[in-house]
Amino acid sequence: MTVSATNPLTRGKQMKFDVKTAGPAIALILLCIIGFSLNPAFLSEGNLSNLLTRSAFIGIIAIGATFVITAGGIDLSVGSMAAAIAGVMIIIMNSAVETLGTGVATVLLGCGCSILLGIGAGWINGVLTTKGKIEAFIVTLGTMGIYRSLVTYFADGGTLSLDFAIRGTYRPVYYDSFFGLPIPVWVFIVVSIVGWFLLNRTAFGRYCTAIGSNEGVAKYSAIKVDSVKTMTYMIQGLCVSLATIIYVPRLGSASSSTGVLWELEAIAAVIIGGTVLKGGYGRIGGTILGALILTTIGNILNFTDLISNYLNGTMQGLIIIIAVWLQRGDWGKAKAKQA
Amino acid sequence: MKPFSKLGAMVVTGALVMSSTLASAETIKIGVSYPTPTHAWAAGMNWHAEQAGKRLEALYPDVDMILVNSSDPSAQASALEDLVSVHQIDALVVLPFESEPLTDPVLNVKKSGALITVVDRGLSQPGIEDIYVAGNNPELGRVSAKYMKTRLKSGDNIVVLRGIPTLIDNERFDAFMAEMEGSGVNILDHKHANWNRDDGFEVMQDFLSRFPDIDAVWAQDDDIAIGVVAALKQAGRDGDGMFVVGGAGMKETIKAIMDGETLVPVDVLYPPSMIATAMDVTVAAFKSNGPVAGRYILGATLITPENAASFYFPDSPF
Repeated sequence: MTVSATNPLTRGKQMKFDVKTAGPAIALILLCIIGFSLNPAFLSEGNLSNLLTRSAFIGIIAIGATFVITAGGIDLSVGSMAAAIAGVMIIIMNSAVETLGTGVATVLLGCGCSILLGIGAGWINGVLTTKGKIEAFIVTLGTMGIYRSLVTYFADGGTLSLDFAIRGTYRPVYYDSFFGLPIPVWVFIVVSIVGWFLLNRTAFGRYCTAIGSNEGVAKYSAIKVDSVKTMTYMIQGLCVSLATIIYVPRLGSASSSTGVLWELEAIAAVIIGGTVLKGGYGRIGGTILGALILTTIGNILNFTDLISNYLNGTMQGLIIIIAVWLQRGDWGKAKAKQA
Repeated sequence: MKPFSKLGAMVVTGALVMSSTLASAETIKIGVSYPTPTHAWAAGMNWHAEQAGKRLEALYPDVDMILVNSSDPSAQASALEDLVSVHQIDALVVLPFESEPLTDPVLNVKKSGALITVVDRGLSQPGIEDIYVAGNNPELGRVSAKYMKTRLKSGDNIVVLRGIPTLIDNERFDAFMAEMEGSGVNILDHKHANWNRDDGFEVMQDFLSRFPDIDAVWAQDDDIAIGVVAALKQAGRDGDGMFVVGGAGMKETIKAIMDGETLVPVDVLYPPSMIATAMDVTVAAFKSNGPVAGRYILGATLITPENAASFYFPDSPF
């Protein structure tokens, strides 16, 4: 136990085994053991591939959220943003059928628009927060409502559906595999690696951490605080658009119920992973585990009828709180002080 | 006794309306109040209300339909006040946002002398409405179960995907389970998929991993069924006589049934057009020579390739 206790100031540099940073991994392994003991089919290839693919949506969005939260911000608009982008993508692709046909060109046009929209929406959140000097919570609460109602408006209250022929072209992006792993999982892996590199190995990543720790000091250290913070929201927007690009081919539709509560799941994944909600410390690896944990909980609950369906939310809530408590609780620190 | 007193009230109201119509040659004003759509079914309901409004005004030049949709219960309460004070309506057709907060506002409209028609969600006090029009949730479950029994034999396995945990979901589910009892068909498990495509997809994926042998799926709702079908196709388990039963009457589902789809061979109606029925009955209260007051519980019709065409509205958003 004494090995596990570390001084928080040096934990970034320490390489030896650390229960607190390993907390999310331990929680995930425990969940997998529970899942397997409930039903051996939990570890079947099909279920694991479903699990990873499902985690990709929240995981990719949560990697963007790691940057925003590390730099001391928060983005509540991501779920609605995903729904609005999905809706606009579908409208654009459907209307491009006449000119571009139902081939790859139309799908690429849709994806390109998605990326522009995502970065643009992130830029709006960023500029309103920094130049507009409005709290991020309020800005993104506002844009959350705006994007959600926009998708309802575009869909006339109903559901937007992708043209059937384009769906055939676009479908493999969600359902096909490459070297045994579904394509959404590959996207998740690439985004994770790029995100890890950006946060841990570049000046930009250090600026994010510095701003999250103390914005005033960062400003006097000649860091362009406003532009770095705006960048974090644009990264978030880009991540949302990537998640949307792999989400749309799954069911080929978007409605006002698309992406509901994704923002809270993404924030939960980030915090379970060990990133500090008030900023100043971020962990991409933890975020990935956090996303996997959240998806695994839902999966396990579907694998058992031991727990009443009405208590699903209770189980999810308990596991989130326990996972964070494992990292934050004084149970390790107290022993360190004695030593 | 009750029907008689209601009928009496009806005749009196009708007579009053008649006399005022004759005296001032005024039009019959009917207010129609319903929620702004928050989901696809409600969007279909809005569309059908507008269609019925246009149709009835074209049919009867002296009928004026005033359609108002409101985005929350308090906005609907204000809309009801305006219908009385500004428009001086002779009748009200209302689909309440929530039963509790709208009971008093509707009672106030009734005090102004207007005929009251309540749609789908009942008020929390009995006896306010003259006409009640609604779908039949237990019947939806029962009709689905009856169809399941015609296709399955004892020892077959089904899974059930439920809606959002609410009274509506419980009524449908309990009636389904009661009807299935004694059939020998195993109901492996039931989980909530919240009337949502994504949840339907994920819950069905997990059911497929968990149960190697599933013969049919009761998805209860057309949106859930779309997710279920995608999961079945992904797992390659959409053959071998597998079938999915949804519910509500989404236009895409009905179109597929017309085209002879075998994976979703039937649908069970919970019609968004019930508001149109309510408007028709309300106008009939002024135009028909027969009595109309009473409760109209619409059937949960089984939609098959034979009758699908009469439930297909290609222009509706749902």
